[in-house]
Amino acid sequence: MTMFGSNLVLYEEEFDRINAVLARLWMDANAKIVFLVDKNGQQIAAKGDLDKVDATSLASLTAGNVAATDGLAKLIGEKEFSILFHEGERDNIHISIVGQRLILVLIFDERSSLGLVRLRVRKAAAELEEVLTQMASKAADQGEAPASPFAEITDDDIDALFTE
Amino acid sequence: MSFINYASREINCKIVYYGPGLGGKTTNLQYVYERTNPQNKGQLISLATETDRTLFFDFLPLDLGSVRGFRTRFHLYTVPGQVFYDASRKLILKGVDGVIFVADSQEARMDANQESLDNLKHNLRENGFDLGLIPYALQFNKRDLAGAVPYDVMLRALQIKGEPTFEAVAPKGIGVFETLKAVAKQVLQELSKK
Repeated sequence: MTMFGSNLVLYEEEFDRINAVLARLWMDANAKIVFLVDKNGQQIAAKGDLDKVDATSLASLTAGNVAATDGLAKLIGEKEFSILFHEGERDNIHISIVGQRLILVLIFDERSSLGLVRLRVRKAAAELEEVLTQMASKAADQGEAPASPFAEITDDDIDALFTE
Repeated sequence: MSFINYASREINCKIVYYGPGLGGKTTNLQYVYERTNPQNKGQLISLATETDRTLFFDFLPLDLGSVRGFRTRFHLYTVPGQVFYDASRKLILKGVDGVIFVADSQEARMDANQESLDNLKHNLRENGFDLGLIPYALQFNKRDLAGAVPYDVMLRALQIKGEPTFEAVAPKGIGVFETLKAVAKQVLQELSKK
């Protein structure tokens, strides 16, 4: 994966590590759902009661929310607001920025607390940043990314996608 | 900026509908939503004002099936067209893979088309993209209106690099999928080069 380069590419090893961090955070923070999204709104990994939410929309709206808040921060001369918190009647959403590029989202109810969530998120964010750094150095070591699986894509492949 | 997940064998791409206010960007998305099988689409999210003007963005995730064993997803976004929402437009272009410009064929909107196109170039640049290089298609919408500006005139005024152009009537679906397909194709071809 290139850190700020063109495409975000995720491989098995890092994916497994990320999933392990999210699973632990989900347990430790007593959360309902834990979610990792990139700043463009693509969901990377998730853990928890996912049947009850529309994960894709959640990812996109979270990224929109963070982008708007980033815009607000810049307007008043801040670099970013690294934590956003939305409090609801039942459920709450805690959003934090990880490694400038990823967004960690946690949904929790009264079985947890903001204090606990903040504590656990801080630890998980540090671990996720470590994974990111490892991915970046790996990408740098390898130089060029491996050949794209789409290298031999044909017009027919593409047409086939739209034959509904 | 597409996202390729080798672990779950998924690829996600982002396409943005751009253009002047009331030009039919949201209508394009609504038509795609209506005509897509339920298992291939997610919710259509519209962050709109009470009068149904797009306030921040519309969002529609599409699942197009598999290419080379990778599940291919397109995330379609529209921007708010009204001039004063420029800050929001810039944000939505973040990480874009392909752009569809929806131009309004009414004579009275030709200036607005031009202004929006200039704004697109500028905002792409601010996000580190070049309209000359990014996958792009141009749609002339509202072709059914009496007094629509002739095709050739619109082409001369708005085409910038020989991009594919489509005549459309978005509420009836004319030209809608054709435009989307043209950009999706370029996006996937772009990926095959990397």
